[in-house]
Amino acid sequence: MLSVGDFIVLASQNLRKQEARASRRRSIDRWFGRIGLLFTIGTLGVLAILLLNLAASGLTRIDWQFLLSFPSRRAAEAGILSAWVGTILLMIVTASVAVPLGVAAGIYLEEYAAKNKWTDFIEINIANLAGVPSILYGLMALGLFVYQFRFGQSVLAGGLALACLVLPIVIVATREALRTIPAAIREAAFALGATRWQAVWHHLLPYSTGGIATGVILAMSRAIGESAPLITIGALTFIAFLPPAPILSHAPFLSFDWLFSPFTALPIQMFNWVSRPGEEFQSNAAAAGLFLMLITLGMNGVAILLRRHAQRNIKW
Amino acid sequence: MGTLPTNSRRLDKWVEGGMVWVLRFSGWASVLVTFGIVVTLVTESAPFFGHVPFRRLFTDTMWTPLFAEPQYGIGALLAGTLVTTGVALCVAIPLGTLLAIYLSEFAEPRFREVVKPMLELLSAVPTVVYGYFALLTLTPLLQEIYPDLPQFSMLSAGLIMGIMIIPYVTSLGEDSMRSVPMLLREGAFALGDGKLGVALRVVFPGAFSGLASAYVLAISRAVGETMIVAIAAGLQPRFTLNPLESAATVTAFIVQVSLGDLPHGSIGYQSIFAAGAVLFLMTLGFNLAGHALRRRFHRAC
Amino acid sequence: MNPIPAVQVSSEKDITGVEVKPEVKVEIQNLSFFYGKNQVLRNVSLDVPAYQVTAMIGPSGCGKTTLLRCLNRMHDLYPGNRYEGSVRLYPGGTDILGPGMDPIRVRMRFGMVFQKPNPFPKSIYENVAYGLRLQGMNKRRDLDERVEKALRESALWDEVKSRLHQLAHNLSGGQQQRLCIARAIATDPDVVLFDEPTSALDPIATSKIEELIVEMKKRVTVIIVTHNLQQAGRISDRTAFMYLGELIEFGETNRMFTNPAKPQTEDYISGRFG
Repeated sequence: MLSVGDFIVLASQNLRKQEARASRRRSIDRWFGRIGLLFTIGTLGVLAILLLNLAASGLTRIDWQFLLSFPSRRAAEAGILSAWVGTILLMIVTASVAVPLGVAAGIYLEEYAAKNKWTDFIEINIANLAGVPSILYGLMALGLFVYQFRFGQSVLAGGLALACLVLPIVIVATREALRTIPAAIREAAFALGATRWQAVWHHLLPYSTGGIATGVILAMSRAIGESAPLITIGALTFIAFLPPAPILSHAPFLSFDWLFSPFTALPIQMFNWVSRPGEEFQSNAAAAGLFLMLITLGMNGVAILLRRHAQRNIKW
Repeated sequence: MGTLPTNSRRLDKWVEGGMVWVLRFSGWASVLVTFGIVVTLVTESAPFFGHVPFRRLFTDTMWTPLFAEPQYGIGALLAGTLVTTGVALCVAIPLGTLLAIYLSEFAEPRFREVVKPMLELLSAVPTVVYGYFALLTLTPLLQEIYPDLPQFSMLSAGLIMGIMIIPYVTSLGEDSMRSVPMLLREGAFALGDGKLGVALRVVFPGAFSGLASAYVLAISRAVGETMIVAIAAGLQPRFTLNPLESAATVTAFIVQVSLGDLPHGSIGYQSIFAAGAVLFLMTLGFNLAGHALRRRFHRAC
Repeated sequence: MNPIPAVQVSSEKDITGVEVKPEVKVEIQNLSFFYGKNQVLRNVSLDVPAYQVTAMIGPSGCGKTTLLRCLNRMHDLYPGNRYEGSVRLYPGGTDILGPGMDPIRVRMRFGMVFQKPNPFPKSIYENVAYGLRLQGMNKRRDLDERVEKALRESALWDEVKSRLHQLAHNLSGGQQQRLCIARAIATDPDVVLFDEPTSALDPIATSKIEELIVEMKKRVTVIIVTHNLQQAGRISDRTAFMYLGELIEFGETNRMFTNPAKPQTEDYISGRFG
């Protein structure tokens, strides 16, 4: 039998134990918070190290000569002229295919398609496509565009490969942007007698441009950094010339010969330099890498700001 | 027609009808891309699988389809992929999960809003830049610790690849952890549990299928990653599970062959499509599993 | 476009107390509505009088909003929906559910105002002009004139005339809802459908909208769904009480509220369920 006094002693012991346990939990939480913060900063630090590393080795190489020279066997004379021109031309092809196609597909899936097994199939397909390794797009382009369609190892074949690669990104971004528009806005348009397309064209598209633009920028930044699919179609060659100009000084003033021209691109040029021995070529690689990083990180930064801005601007 | 308007709706109807077809075609274009990939892989690799005895894919220990006396042990490539992916996951899964728990359960919302997009930048860095970093910065650093490390090593490539896929784990993982209802957390807090206890005992299990889908998608990324391994892990196929050695992955093999002259229909040409077909099947499996897990997670919530 | 109504005088006679059978605007006959396999409306028949306010009341889920959305064929926007029966629009007597009827033409004759104000994120002017543009009106002068008229009729003109080209979202909730009314009446529809238009508004904004609806019936037929019995009593000429997808009782509002014929109506009005 326990006396009342024993109970009081036991209860206070229990209380003390509980108090000890609670304070241990608090200190575990505090420590975990510190560790988490440390690792977060450490992980972000990798990004900083990456940039500093490239800058340390490549910054001295960056000058007008580097920007305006063709690649060369002598590292000090080599430049990235054909690379950045190639990248721009590729992006023109990629954007002009992936953006209209991706936005239209997003509109179809979000606004038109009935919820049935076909739509399910398309959705699973897009989810898978987003995870297909980029090099497989290169193999498809090699078999289909380069040989089957006889586009050759051209800007057109490369641009189309990248367009297929980023198509899922544009589709998903378009769908997400459309999904943020409340159903009441669609109904308001329909109730006034708008057709589905009029509702899309007059309302849904204009109200989702922010979100779609964010997705398009992210898609393009992804495409700019891709090298694997371009290597598989055989773009890794010595290109010391520019594709024919798209604008002519005489009628018909526009030329599309550049589409079928061989090309190189920034990441390809960088890969080329990385795989060569010798510190001089490595600093060329670092300089090209610095450009690539600034372009892609810059585009991502713009996309982040744009997304914030779009979220803040329209409150439904 | 009564009082119903009779103004010309004909043009609107034409536009509407035409646009439906344009949009429907675009919707199916993504299926066309998959179809293009599958058909190209199948038709271009068919001759390869046609003249290689199927058994030798598994019994040979070397992958040298271009040699005079070819060997077809695809295991040599798969081993490279397995090891680099394994190393990458050893970095990405613990670190990515830790960051996900920290950002979802511990960090201030404003801190999270700033840090999450910055973390996502890690997966936006061009992979060729990561390759450069692995080969020219990390490998020399590792050689300080372990002087016998060769210039090309799966360890170095795998570690950097792990950094690259952290955002896939963290971002998706954090999303799914945060969508665990507050009510469940409050139940555990009311019983006197600490934040970490709640995170591990309530949130983590609650978000598990979401986290699992993040892991699976990260695996798919690592298996398909090309440039980092091609630059830093070496291009020679070698049947080894030792991360301190150099070996080619499935993807690196494709790059290695593509770097040379590659006439249409040559054995080299066919072999990269065969490697591509294997790669496609692997990633397809992971992607579908990841998609299914994510769906299950969304339905459970 | 909108024909001069033949019996505009009927409302005056009403004031003198003489019982006249008003002209029928919308004649609903044996209307059933199915959402997939669920029957949501059962054999509803109802004559909506012209230039009056008809209220639809009933507990939530009774089908009053569904019925309203049958009238401008909003259900056509979603798959798996089916109508049976007929809805005739007078004068003319066209069946708006009939085969070959274009739902978009129907919607151009029925304006609609929703539960929550849902202006487009465009300027005030563009919000009102949108329906007119859809119907092919492009000339700036015509548009200006009609936009001003609609804004005056919705008692908004004086508040917004100096900022027609500012975003509609900068208006207050009540103003936004009046803007939505202006948008709905700008095209001179035959009927305006209100779906619980004041459920998201404060009492002052609500009373403004109610005044507007009473004022509006001089020019247009109004059908309003409301969960607020007092509101039905204040503004409607006739009331339809619905329950479980059926029309239980339909009649003059005063009579319904003071002397309901059916026990369910009485239970609902006296607050015994709902």
